[in-house]
Order: sequence, then structure tokens, then C-alpha cells
Amino acid sequence: MRTFTVRRARFIALCLLPGVVFVVLFTYYPMVRGAVIAFQRYNLFDITATPFVGLENFRAVLAEDRFWTALRNTGTWVAVSLFFQFLLGFGLALLLRRHFRGRGLYQAWVFFPWAMSGFLIGLLWRWMFNGQFGVVNDLLLKAGLIEERIGFLASPGWAMTSVIVANIWYGVTFFAIMIMAALQSVPGELYEAAAVDGASRLRRFWHVTLPHIRPTLALIVLLRIIWILNFPDLIYAMTGGGPAGSTDIVTTFLIQQVIGGDYGRAGAVGLLVLALLLAFSIFYLNATRFEKAR
Amino acid sequence: MRRLASAAKAVVLAAWLLITLFPLYWIVVTSLKPKPEIFSVPLRYWPANLTFEHYAELFAFADFGTYLLNSLLVSLVAAAAVTVIGVLGGYTLARFAFPGRGALMLAFLVTQMIPLFIALGPLYLLMSDLDLLNRLAGLMLVYVAMLVPFSTIIMRGFYERVPVALEEAAQVDGASRLAAMVRVVIPVMLPGIAATFIFAFVQCWNELFLAITFIDSEDAKTIPVAMNSFITQYDIDWGSMAAATVVSVVPTLVLFAAIRRYIVEGLTAGAVKG
Repeated sequence: MRTFTVRRARFIALCLLPGVVFVVLFTYYPMVRGAVIAFQRYNLFDITATPFVGLENFRAVLAEDRFWTALRNTGTWVAVSLFFQFLLGFGLALLLRRHFRGRGLYQAWVFFPWAMSGFLIGLLWRWMFNGQFGVVNDLLLKAGLIEERIGFLASPGWAMTSVIVANIWYGVTFFAIMIMAALQSVPGELYEAAAVDGASRLRRFWHVTLPHIRPTLALIVLLRIIWILNFPDLIYAMTGGGPAGSTDIVTTFLIQQVIGGDYGRAGAVGLLVLALLLAFSIFYLNATRFEKAR
Repeated sequence: MRRLASAAKAVVLAAWLLITLFPLYWIVVTSLKPKPEIFSVPLRYWPANLTFEHYAELFAFADFGTYLLNSLLVSLVAAAAVTVIGVLGGYTLARFAFPGRGALMLAFLVTQMIPLFIALGPLYLLMSDLDLLNRLAGLMLVYVAMLVPFSTIIMRGFYERVPVALEEAAQVDGASRLAAMVRVVIPVMLPGIAATFIFAFVQCWNELFLAITFIDSEDAKTIPVAMNSFITQYDIDWGSMAAATVVSVVPTLVLFAAIRRYIVEGLTAGAVKG
């Protein structure tokens, strides 16, 4: 690390300028403008007048049943997806921890869903969950688990389960890779010491591995929560939030407002989501005692 | 006991591989079945008659060639810009202590945490003001902005693995800072740079919501936009949709397989360091 002089300052500024300009112009400026619009009546199809209306947009959003449904759904969507992604990902990470022949190739193959867009994955699963010609129905019938075909995406009771299944399929491997990296960061001496003390494998896992990777796990989980919340692509492609709003989450709800042209309300939803994310992150970091753990 | 455990492990790993790969297999098979066979019960797990008619249809009637070129152009240009900007920005963040460095890192990190959708409406207004709606250039600009924070942060990580002594030696030999960077540091980092480029390319290639918000005219559609309009226009024609999925996913799979190691390394290094 070198010190700061005027000539260097010019070099630094020139190197950083393009990135900063892009981010300010196309990310921060729209975000700030969105926050302002949240307090305006702003409908794309009638922008002759955009008066400031105080909290009207927030009131309108909070009065909508669909928003509250979306909020509840978001909880389910994030919690259930995360739980299974974490559990299965952790299991897979433990299995992949040690080197075996073909591990690299195996990783390459199971990693591939991550290269696909959420939109394509949504389409893929929409086809597989098809009520009439879907392969999921066919396999369940063949296995004798169901008697007749289920309209997975057409029935409000099944739709959320279906999108979550697709999301789990998508997210497990990535979780596994992150956790695997965390596992490999545990120094080998710790295990040796524990083995000398006669600790069983389970005890070693519980008393050596887990405490050591806890801070990393805490961080990965938080990032994933935010990420799953910000991932409407899959739902958008599979159900579009339907049927009857049963798979709406706050982000699909927000996108509907934008598509509907009501930027005022979209801004209000955006700010609400942001406040929610922020509050949750602070709560979470406190609950996991993240700073101290580091 | 030991043998039993390793057999169980192999079974679980194989099962997961099957679960991961089957959907991909299924979409490829669907794309190769003639229509009556796609919509026939019982389902055929192995097509009786292979056909390429859906692919032909895609390019003959849906003008998929144009969308493909659009996607290619947008992704290549945006990814190149993102990489260059990341190479420059990451260097300064890795090698200099300057006032505001922490704040800048934070400002970049924050953009990765909050939903882009919050800014979707205002971005549309901005594009409209700049007369960039329905233009590939507009899409490129927004994609660059979207990916610059990531590329800068990951580049910084790659630079930190290159010893400073390397470029200092070059500077002692009389090279300027920029020359030292270009001739000594960057060659060492080429794999990381390539990985960043490909990652950015794939992100642009896959991006949906910005594209459907800004692009509406036939000749500026990218692949995801076109596929999205397949859904809303007709009851989905699954043969063509499957073919479109295969066409759009093959390049990303190939590219991703090539750089998987670096992406995983870059991401996990960041995460594990906290």
C-alpha cells in the first residue's frame, strides 16, 4: 500500500472515474429519483402533472390486500427455499469436501444450473410442472405417489410449493460450493488436536468445524436471504405471480407496479422493501453477533 | 462399515447429479420431438422420431437470428467495457490508500445488495430522457453500470494476489506505472480477467427485466425479451420454447464451464474472508 500524493491522486481519479460515473448515473441517480417519486403522484400514462402527495402512495400500497399477501408469500418463499438450499447444500458440501476421482468434473456438472438465468429455469420448470404433459406428473403417477395429475401451477395450493422446488433445485449447488470453501478454510491442525484428544467424528464436527465456519455461514446465509428476496425471475417465468396472487412476492409485486406504469406506487413499494431489508439485516447481524464472531 | 459409507456417498452424489441434469435433458429432448409427440400421453422419455423442425421454425419465422445477434452484440460490448473499467478501478482499490476508498467500496457493495427493481421505473424515465429506449446502446450502458461494482471488487481481489514487488521491479527498471501495470501485472491476471469478462457476458446474455422494460421494437429485442413475448403472445408453443431455451443456454453453459473455477475462487475468497 502506497501513500497519497497529488500525481497519484490524478492517476487514481482517472482509473476510478468511468466506474463511478456509470454507477452514479445509472444506479444511484435512479434510486434517489425513485425515492422522490414515491412521494409523488406519478403515473407513466399521465405525466402532465406529478404533484407531491406525501404518504399517499404508501397508504395505497399498504391498503392493498395483494401487497400483504405478497409480503407473507415472501416470508414463505425465502424461509423455505433457504432452509432446504442450506440443508441440502451443506450435505453436498460435506460429501464433496474430500478429494475423489472426478470431483472437478462432478462439480462442473452440478454447478450448471447457476449458469442459467432464472427466467430460463422458470420456463424449464413450468414445462416440467405442466398439468397435462408435465414430466413431474408423469413420474409421480408412475411411482404410484399420486392417483391423478395435479395442476401444479394452476392451483393456488400447489403453485408456491412448485416455485420453491424449482428455486431449491437452482440454489443448492451454489450454496454447496460456498460452504465447501468455508469447510476447507478450517485448519487441519485443529482436527488433529481434537483427534488426539479422542473426539469422535460427530464431536469434532460439532466442536471444531461448526464454530470455525460459523461467521462465514452467517454471512453466506444473509447474502442468500437478500438474494432470494431479490430473485423474482423464476416466479415471473413460472407463474407471473399467479394464480390469484398465490406466488406473488414483494419483488414481483413491485415489477407489476412498474409494468402497470404507476411509478409512484412502485417507488413506495421499493422503499418499503428497502426498509424491510435494512431492518432485517441489522436485526440479523445483531442476532448472529456477527462483529464479535469475527 | 467404511465401505458402506462410501457406497452411500456415491449413491447420494449420483442421485443429485441425476436431479440436476434431468431437467436439462428433458428440455433438449422436448426440443427434438415432433409436435404430436410433445403433446402425447403417455410421455416418451426417448423420442421415437427426432426432428429439428422447432429450430428451423425459430430461425425462419421468429427471426431468432436477429435476437441472437442483438444479444451477442450487447453482451460482448458491455462485458468488454465492464472488464476494462474493473481492471482500472480494481487496480487503484488494491494498490493505493486514498481518502474515500472505504466509502467507495461500500457504495459499490451496496448496489449488489439492494434490488435493482427499485430503480426500474426511474431508469425507464432516464432512458426515455436520453432517447435510449429501444436501442441496444441504452441496454449496454445500463448493463455496464449494473456490473461495474462486481467487476471492480473481484478485480481488486485478483490484484491483491499479485505481489507488489513485481511491478515495483518493473518501475525501478524505468517503466511508468501504467506500463508496469499493462506489461507486468495484467499478464499474470489474464485468467481472472477472462473470468470476469465471461461472467459479465453471461449476466448480460441472461438479463430479462431491464431488457423487457426498455426494449419493445422487433429489431432491438434480445433473446430473453423475445422469449418473454413468445409467452404473452400465444399459448406457449413448447416445441419452439424448448428449442429457444437450448439455443440460448448452450453458449452460457460452455463459457461457464470454462471459467467455473475462477468464479468459484473469486466468490468464495470474498465470502470466506468476510
